[in-house]
Amino acid sequence: MVETIRMEKVDVVKAAGRIDSHSSPELKDAFDVLLNDGRNKLVFDMSEVEFLSSSGVWVLLETQKRARRRSKGDLVLANPSDNIKKTLDLAGLMHFMKIFDGVDTAVAGF
Amino acid sequence: MPKATFEARYENLGRICEFVSSTAKRAGLDDSAAYAVELATNEACTNIIEHGYGGEGDGQIECSIEADDGGVTVVLLDWSRPFDPSSVPEADFEVPLEELNPRGAGLRLIRGSMDEVQFEPIPGNGNRLTMRKSR
Repeated sequence: MVETIRMEKVDVVKAAGRIDSHSSPELKDAFDVLLNDGRNKLVFDMSEVEFLSSSGVWVLLETQKRARRRSKGDLVLANPSDNIKKTLDLAGLMHFMKIFDGVDTAVAGF
Repeated sequence: MPKATFEARYENLGRICEFVSSTAKRAGLDDSAAYAVELATNEACTNIIEHGYGGEGDGQIECSIEADDGGVTVVLLDWSRPFDPSSVPEADFEVPLEELNPRGAGLRLIRGSMDEVQFEPIPGNGNRLTMRKSR
């Protein structure tokens, strides 16, 4: 369900389906592998994510915290659905997120 | 009224959400409203498992959903410890990223997604949560 694509400077993590308390540990593991390896420029491709719960949002924010502790590090989102953007807005957490319409533009943003 | 009982385990969240979402769509709610019902139900069931039952175990969640001309009503019953929503501090996310704490996020999503939310402890016998989404 979670796939990691390592590139020269930026890494892309892609997930599909539901991200909830059952599946979010797998997503966290994927990000932790990269962060523990010193990789901190991260794009999360959400084009196939159908549902994001608060536990998934929290994985993204914790990953963002860790990524930003290193120079020029960040986690940015690519292609979230309108429903997911609304979830972030309802939670009052949208202002922490950088959102791009495509993976290529997200990667180029670093 | 469609009704189903699920083991209170995270692996069942998808099935519970599919149950309410499909009923909401059949009742004529648009995609955004059906997603809101799914989100609130997911967050409520997650809270029941995590805080009510204290984690995955032998507990159960009974979920029913009723459609009428104005929208849908979801009722969740559990047999965990009594829940008092006033005991949960208001989520405060207007803080620096490093200071963020997830406490209260689920409750905020439930209230923000639905038009009416009512928590009722059933003395000595768990909790009833009633959530209403209008068309």
